[in-house]
Amino acid sequence: MTTKKQTGTQNHDNTQPRSTPDTGGQWRSFDELAGDQRLVEEAQVEFPNGLRPPPSTSVTRRDFLKMMTVSLAAAGVTASCSRQPIEQMLPYAQPPIPEQIPSLPLYYATAMPLGGFANGLLVKNMMGRPIKAEGNPEHPASLGGTNVFAQGSIFTMYDPDRSQVVLNTGQNSTWEAFRDTIAPIMTAKLADQGAGLVFLTETITSPTLVDQLARMRDELGYDQMEWYQFEPIDHANVRVGAELAFGEPVDTIYDFTQADVILSLDADFVAPSFHGSVRYARDFADRRRIREEHGEEHSEAPMSRLYIIENTPSTTGVLADHRLALRASQIEMVARMIAGELGVDSGGEIDTSMLSEAQMTWIEAAVADLREREPGRTLVIAGEQQPPVVHALAHAMNDALGNVDSTVRYIEPVAGQPFNTNADGDLAGLRELVGKMSAGTVEILVIVGSNPVFTAPVDLDFGGALERVNLSIHLGVFPDETAQVCTWHIPEAYYLEAWSDARAYDGTATIMQPLILPLFGGRSAHELVALLGEQVERSGASIVRAYWENQYDGDDFEVFWQNALNDGIVPETEAPSANVSVQSGAFPGPATVATGEMDLVFRPDPTIWDGRFANNEWLQELPKTITKLVWDNAVLVSPRTAIAMLGLSVSDPENPQVSDLEHLSAANGTLVNLSHNGASLQAPIWITPGHADNAATVYLGYGREQAGSTGTGIGFNAYKLRQSDAFWFTPGLSVNATGGTYKLVSTQDHGTMEGRNHVRAGTISHFEHDPEFIQHMVHTFPDEYSLLPPFTYEENAWGMTIELNACIACGACVTACQAENNIPTVGKQQVATYRAMHWLRIDRYYEGSLNEPDTLVQPLPCMQCERAACEVVCPVNATVHNDEGLNQMIYNRCVGTRYCSNNCAYKVRHYNYLQYIDEQTPSFQLMRNPDVTVRARGVMEKCTYCVQRINAARIDAKKEGRPIADGEITPACAQACPTNAIVFGDTRNPESRVAQLKAEPHNYALLGELLFVPRTSYLGRITNPNVAISGEEMFEDHGGHGDEPEGSGEDHGGSDDHGGGEEEH
Amino acid sequence: MNQIFRPSANTYFKVIVLSLALVVASVLWSMAVLDRSNFTRRVNQPLPQPIAFSHELHAGSLGMNCRYCHSSVDVSSFANIPPSETCMTCHHEIRTNSPDVQKIWESYSTGVPVEWNKVYDLPDHVYFNHSIHVSKGVGCTTCHGQVNEMPVVWRVHDLTMGWCLDCHRNPEKYVRPLDQIYSLEWQPPANQIEQGLQLVETYNINYGELDHCNICHR
Repeated sequence: MTTKKQTGTQNHDNTQPRSTPDTGGQWRSFDELAGDQRLVEEAQVEFPNGLRPPPSTSVTRRDFLKMMTVSLAAAGVTASCSRQPIEQMLPYAQPPIPEQIPSLPLYYATAMPLGGFANGLLVKNMMGRPIKAEGNPEHPASLGGTNVFAQGSIFTMYDPDRSQVVLNTGQNSTWEAFRDTIAPIMTAKLADQGAGLVFLTETITSPTLVDQLARMRDELGYDQMEWYQFEPIDHANVRVGAELAFGEPVDTIYDFTQADVILSLDADFVAPSFHGSVRYARDFADRRRIREEHGEEHSEAPMSRLYIIENTPSTTGVLADHRLALRASQIEMVARMIAGELGVDSGGEIDTSMLSEAQMTWIEAAVADLREREPGRTLVIAGEQQPPVVHALAHAMNDALGNVDSTVRYIEPVAGQPFNTNADGDLAGLRELVGKMSAGTVEILVIVGSNPVFTAPVDLDFGGALERVNLSIHLGVFPDETAQVCTWHIPEAYYLEAWSDARAYDGTATIMQPLILPLFGGRSAHELVALLGEQVERSGASIVRAYWENQYDGDDFEVFWQNALNDGIVPETEAPSANVSVQSGAFPGPATVATGEMDLVFRPDPTIWDGRFANNEWLQELPKTITKLVWDNAVLVSPRTAIAMLGLSVSDPENPQVSDLEHLSAANGTLVNLSHNGASLQAPIWITPGHADNAATVYLGYGREQAGSTGTGIGFNAYKLRQSDAFWFTPGLSVNATGGTYKLVSTQDHGTMEGRNHVRAGTISHFEHDPEFIQHMVHTFPDEYSLLPPFTYEENAWGMTIELNACIACGACVTACQAENNIPTVGKQQVATYRAMHWLRIDRYYEGSLNEPDTLVQPLPCMQCERAACEVVCPVNATVHNDEGLNQMIYNRCVGTRYCSNNCAYKVRHYNYLQYIDEQTPSFQLMRNPDVTVRARGVMEKCTYCVQRINAARIDAKKEGRPIADGEITPACAQACPTNAIVFGDTRNPESRVAQLKAEPHNYALLGELLFVPRTSYLGRITNPNVAISGEEMFEDHGGHGDEPEGSGEDHGGSDDHGGGEEEH
Repeated sequence: MNQIFRPSANTYFKVIVLSLALVVASVLWSMAVLDRSNFTRRVNQPLPQPIAFSHELHAGSLGMNCRYCHSSVDVSSFANIPPSETCMTCHHEIRTNSPDVQKIWESYSTGVPVEWNKVYDLPDHVYFNHSIHVSKGVGCTTCHGQVNEMPVVWRVHDLTMGWCLDCHRNPEKYVRPLDQIYSLEWQPPANQIEQGLQLVETYNINYGELDHCNICHR
């Protein structure tokens, strides 16, 4: 029986170099674990990370005064000798719609498809410009939440690098020229019934587009036309796995609210690559919320427990109670083993010799846990990158555990099936298509909305085959790699600009309505297909409406149509249930077992997806969930693998010395040569604690050649290694160091709060033993120690809670904040000098051993301290407190001394050293939120709790003569959050959600011991581990002041050395 | 050798230093005065418009309500400059031969907006909201003056922060009954302070929060 150490706040004394690192605490990087002096120094100096101070270091007092006099005089002269310029106002000549009231926003329901699947949105339209995407609470895939791509899509919408002109063999042309050229060709094609006419699309769920293509083949005379589908982040394994298990390609719907124990086999089900992830994240989080008394949904059910076996550290891995890092190629074997133990005939004897004893114990405990539960209360879930047999095994395990119709149910497939569906998946279909293209039997190739020249497996040589096609037509949002080599390129209208429809993971259809006319004159896929099929131009609006009119069999179509548009969902469009059962003998064995030395694993990039968001500055600068890298991708490897691969002189990675950590830190960015099956690529490594050993993960999407002015040429192109027989992973990777390094920029050390344990974590059994243990982890100074008086409130007192148990570190809040508050991006070089401008950051900490640490995450906005350290040092009163508890930041008063940031303990203030915001590009001017100041260079910025939203709600409430209702104000971060982890409200109203959460026993104030009285507090992270793996915990009862009310520990007070440094356990 | 400076030099020196200081001070002072002057702030200076629209005629002689044109004043932050369409509701029949009306007609029919000059132009870092002011007792004329007497509109206040704060700190000096908001005739009664204090109470105007920075700046 082991005793798990409960970590209190160990105040790492970072000013003294240590020889043995303290792995009991939380650390962000090897440098921090090593207690590296450099980090402390960089946090303290004005010009960190190699930035040189300005050259004139010898400015004397006299010089300074001279300069000040001159600038003061100059400022005075310019200020008073310029008369206020006259500005113009341009009202509408005729208002476009009666509902449009100047300067009031309108919200339209629509949906954003990603990988074909829709996530319902309500998009804020300000005077005809879509400026912010919010989740649609009515939509089953959203429930009000969004992901980073929905938030970031606003930037792509206004991206001036988007395709603006029709291209004909690379030359500028027009839509009319295309129309007049193509119409006779398509008419002539009717003669041979469309033979040689091929459509290549992404995954399509749009009922209208599927219907259009079907009609073109069945009714318009193109009987011989073909339709293939290719998606770089595809779900072919899921589909083929379902076919293997059931004989039918059904889709699976999971219900996490019913699951007490979840086993994930490499399934990152809260990441966007998993269909329905936003909804699943909410459902999962609802079973992880800890409430002492205040009832909330599902709180009566016990906390669920998540086991995950995965190769690459993922956000789902962060949430897991037990995480087992295993090479991707070994997961099939383990899945067979677990299935066998659960009574599934899984293909004979399994060779488990490559698993360690600890791994076997882990697996046995997980299996026992699954087995002991009541039927229907467990869930086994497989990731889309695992081969079909793992999916089939997961289906069989769910069947054996009685989960069918409880935690899993099956529905008819949602995505449209292309005519040329290949039983082995879309990839086999693509190979077939490339064969036809090379053979010259493809006469007209229409590529709708994808970029296969960049994303297709390298061994298929799609680009080479494309040259043999006489007439190729590409419809795309960007003039990308495919657009450059096609005969015709047609700019595509973005999803916010065109009529369309799309279905969610459960089949629910949404009619997507445009919020603006195509900014750069694009066309939708519907309009292109209509032109090709009927040789006449039809508007997207009429096509989509005609389809639904045809589907509708009620009396009043207009009412149905208006309701569907208004609600953002079309009623009764959920996919019908599929009645299937697992076929016997479905699992051809034996298990394929990893033979090679190293696995190469491909994953979609957490922020730029398959590369389509490469030109999106918001998403490029959003730190990746686990690595915190920005503007780059890297080869992720575990510390052990890196040591072996690079021959680092690290004696014992289990018990590293400071010098070892320094070696590891220095190895980040080392260039290595990856080669697999004839393809090779040079790329920098990033040592990722928690990654499976003997495996390397690369994120797809970087290394674009034609992405636009921002995205072209950054990172390395992992597609160059991706081959059709190793689409998601392959065991046959060989790696050798080439020498040389590459500068990777990670924000993991930014905003350091110097080594205290900021994420307070514990277990559910500890919570049951002592609900307040989270609060008692750190001793708080008595209140009278504060130099500042307490603050009193008259009306509202705004506050926020962030629930660490619900946070999935997806980054939607960060991007939402960026969109809402006009926050600029700064670029890789500026991020490297600690100048990223995000008002809200998500800190990632590791705790425990180097190889298998716990990963903890913590979103960190401005804490709005009641006794704010920043306010008292501002020489010009540019940051002051208001009656409602807001720590106001007044840009037009700020003179940029940066004293406030220096004094801020949380490092949440951001100074715009340079003119980061682009005020010149016309399309970006349309993108800005008009309710928030666009800050010029030289002022301090920070989170305001979205004061523009507070003001709007206050004005509404005052006009109606009522108090502001709870939930009326939602800051952008809280609104974007898929799991409702962020709650905002009036802490003086005891009925408000935020007041109730703050009353929870595991609510704690970050650095609360320092008596800043932050108005943002955290609900501690509480996990639900299996004692068979983690061991029984021993809890010591609190002695001394622990059980006394907070802040009454006078017997400990008085000595300066113990503030925040008390260890309770 | 004669001494270079005679005793009177001390006096000269003092006078020169003093007058230099005076010069600097007076320059700074006059700059400050200039900055706050009606000239710089464009107060009381009629601003020509592309179309000779007369508030004196429409709001004064014809007695049209402000909200006929400025229709969003009580719901939105922006009081709305009427679209050309609003003008055409009457002018499709009235005075159709006037060159100014023809300009409006041209805008209405081509969709090209009229480029009005902005009379009340707050700095971009100020977020003013009309609707909350008119619903809490601040009438149109309090800020905009007697537009019913202005053939061409001018600014009647300097729009300095001090001017805003005068009312935000002492709203009782200015608030009026809600049925008088759009009245162009209303004048403060003799007992304005007394009545104002009552109205402030009725309107639930919170003195404490009105001079928060975030009320106007964000």
